[in-house]
Amino acid sequence: MIENRPVSTFISHAILIAGIAIVIFPIWITIVAASHDAARLLQVPLPLGLGDQFFDNLKYVLGKGVGDSAPLGLMLFNSLIMALMIAFGKIAISLLSAYAIVYFDFRFRMFFFWMIFITLMLPVEVRIIPTYAVVADLGMLDSYWGLTIPLIASATATFMFRQTFLSVPDELLEAARIDGAGPMRFFFDILLPVSRTSIAAMFVILFIYGWNQYLWPLIVTTDKSMVTIVMSIKGMMEALEETPQWDYIMMTSLLAMIPPVIVVILMQKIFVKGLTETEK
Amino acid sequence: MLKQVHFKSSALPYMLVAPQIIITLVFFMWPASQAIYQSLLIEDAFGGNTQFVWFDNFIELFDDDHYVKTFVRTLFYSAMVALLSLSVSLILAAMADRVIRGTGIYRTLLIWPYAVAPVIAGALWAFLFYPTTGIISTALTKIGYEWNHQLNGNQAMFLVIIAAAWKQISYNFLFFLAGMQAIPKSLIEAAAIDAASPAKRFWTIIFPLITPTTFFLLVVNIVYAFFETFGIIHVVTKGGPANATETLVYKVYKDGFIGLDLGGSSVQSVILMVLVIAMTVFQFKFIERKVEY
Amino acid sequence: MSHIQIKNIEKVYPNGYKAIHGISVDIEEGEFIVLVGPSGCGKSTLLRMVAGLETITSGEVSIAGRKVNDLEPSQRDIAMVFQNYALYPHMTVYKNMAYGLKNLKTPRDEIDRRVSEAAKLLELEELMQRKPKQLSGGQRQRVAMGRAIVRKPAAFLFDEPLSNLDAKLRVQMRLVIKNLQTRLGTTTLYVTHDQVEAMTMADRLIILKDGIAEQIGTPMTLYDKPQTRFVAGFIGSPAMNFIDVELTDNGSSIKLGKNKITLSEKLKHTANIVTMGFRPEHIKLDENGPIGLKVLLTENLGAESVIHAALAGTDSPITIRLNKRINAKNGDILKVSVEPKKLHFFDTQTNLRIN
Repeated sequence: MIENRPVSTFISHAILIAGIAIVIFPIWITIVAASHDAARLLQVPLPLGLGDQFFDNLKYVLGKGVGDSAPLGLMLFNSLIMALMIAFGKIAISLLSAYAIVYFDFRFRMFFFWMIFITLMLPVEVRIIPTYAVVADLGMLDSYWGLTIPLIASATATFMFRQTFLSVPDELLEAARIDGAGPMRFFFDILLPVSRTSIAAMFVILFIYGWNQYLWPLIVTTDKSMVTIVMSIKGMMEALEETPQWDYIMMTSLLAMIPPVIVVILMQKIFVKGLTETEK
Repeated sequence: MLKQVHFKSSALPYMLVAPQIIITLVFFMWPASQAIYQSLLIEDAFGGNTQFVWFDNFIELFDDDHYVKTFVRTLFYSAMVALLSLSVSLILAAMADRVIRGTGIYRTLLIWPYAVAPVIAGALWAFLFYPTTGIISTALTKIGYEWNHQLNGNQAMFLVIIAAAWKQISYNFLFFLAGMQAIPKSLIEAAAIDAASPAKRFWTIIFPLITPTTFFLLVVNIVYAFFETFGIIHVVTKGGPANATETLVYKVYKDGFIGLDLGGSSVQSVILMVLVIAMTVFQFKFIERKVEY
Repeated sequence: MSHIQIKNIEKVYPNGYKAIHGISVDIEEGEFIVLVGPSGCGKSTLLRMVAGLETITSGEVSIAGRKVNDLEPSQRDIAMVFQNYALYPHMTVYKNMAYGLKNLKTPRDEIDRRVSEAAKLLELEELMQRKPKQLSGGQRQRVAMGRAIVRKPAAFLFDEPLSNLDAKLRVQMRLVIKNLQTRLGTTTLYVTHDQVEAMTMADRLIILKDGIAEQIGTPMTLYDKPQTRFVAGFIGSPAMNFIDVELTDNGSSIKLGKNKITLSEKLKHTANIVTMGFRPEHIKLDENGPIGLKVLLTENLGAESVIHAALAGTDSPITIRLNKRINAKNGDILKVSVEPKKLHFFDTQTNLRIN
């Protein structure tokens, strides 16, 4: 800011703090609700401060699950496997295909590019039923493969790595060629290390994307042992009791959001850089 | 597109693209073509005979008042989510860009909702507005406004819009802030010397210069509202009450997996694909233009 | 036998654009050859064809007696220094220098030995564990050279290596490179657009224009006997003056306005009008001189002065460089002369030298 005006600076901060309060409020209430017992959460007005049931609730949901659901420990594990498989799978296949498209001149290069590109914005939700049929035919229902592989087939990461590779100076490849590096050696020795910021940013984006998947897991899994934590919420809210067991539901919500939130906050700098510099 | 300096063709590039191409073919191209094929067929009630009917299914669908209503509702819903989320994040980003200290802290605090799954966001807001005990709903009742989104369609719509917009604030904020911080300081200083007030500077310099970002975010937000907020609707209202919050994606799911009408649902899928491809092309034109800067 | 042999090579791009039009040159072992010319003249393309980074459309390149047209860059026994250095940003200085040797499966202790040798030579010993980001421009430049040296190649190729440095550092690095090359005795091809760099460093120069080698020769040959009008104008600063003059007396003198200048030797030429060129530093103030100049602008630089003038009665611009200060006002008429031996004549059509 150019002028030194204390009043307008104060107003700016005030608006920001108010905005943050609104944004953070639901999350605060989640923590509050997770720290009270069910009975307290049925008495109006609801508490705005922390209660003392937090660890009891935590122990309960992790070990036993809510209603007839699987224990949350297992769900967290499933979510982790799904998120990691999606993130690593996408990153791996996208790095390879982006490398081919940017660094090789070969027949059907543009055809392949367009085929990948057209999947760029087609989320699984759009092709959900026929994709379900394919996965069912391949016998991949209720498996980690069925959960993850169809979600790996989208082009966001390919597109982003393509942008990254295009911004790598040509001279690096030329220098590497003079230094006797073949295509694969250049890829592993030079290109990957040079692109590590993008790869890390993509990991954050894809980890969150994978962790937060809802509709697809809902459809391809029926076995209780394959349930992820994000999809368990729905079942809990529809449990047979007349009113939902908010303490457990909120504790579950909290557990479901903690891993991705931690990933985002820890890798914030890289993530913001990757998100805003390359997706545009 | 292609590096000026590149490798000559060999078997290698084909091997490199193979994993992605195979997955794309099996889990995208094949299902998509199946959906298109099925959308042109009708099957009799006993599943025996199928008949090729060209676009009859589409005509029938758009004759269906219920579908058209859902279509219009989805447009309204997406526009509201985009508008609400974009304006809140624009204000916050403008403020964060103005203050000298604390930008990093504000960003850290605002980034959270990005990581929250839509369905979790739905659960959070459903709790806040739960008719008998929710903190906000009971507060509203106290001041004389009866809140029950399980019965009142407008209230239900309002709630899912709020939940969806809330989750998208982080993403928009990050982009707006990055866009504003990319504007050269000298430009703002020149405007200040030209005696433009801070508000005027915002509307005449900053806002026009971040138009590309705004435009990009608008498309992203609409796509988000269309496809990614299924979880919110599913957990908060289940499309109800009386279909008041049913969107196109929700209807595909409902008709296909609850109603088991696979034919009708694939017609809807095809329409969604067309919409999304239109938006992709739109977006791509935009990306191409960005590259020219 | 020459060390690098370039035989009639041509480069045609897929879109039909012809970047190099049949250039031939034989380079002796240990020679320092500079490729110089304006931007877009094809000098970098030519260098990159030798390096193997561009394909050769026709013709032949051989290095140390081996035809290299179809060899990969790494097999050509060359090392290259790039304009932006192209250091691997994620590797330390040591690893940058060792990378090529590692790929050649050189034993570890041999790599160590060669890298530390090069580091010593370039005074990089203190910096071996740094990343390129932590180095200054001059240091990066030296690392890039180190990377080339450790390979002990048959030839060094430099692609405008100094153009990213500031003026002072550029002069220093010019010396560093030249001394190093003399010491190692490695055949060198060096691309630059800076004619001072070219003149001071080269054993021989290749002057390129539009993909054609205008002239190949030692710096002094190029200065004294430029074979084309382009070379004459390109070498020397301020640039050579050109005016069209009429040949008289059967080619033994020229007419310039009302005055005649007798030539040092008779000029055999078919056309009546020729282009005469003379360098600014070869003009002398001379009260009886045959040429009258109207002063337009005087630049006194202390030790010398440069006068921008016009040939009296015309618009033809003439620049003079004198080794003394001068008090000339704009509009003054100066009488000058040029020693006939220092005159250059070119055909007005072909721009080729005729004397």
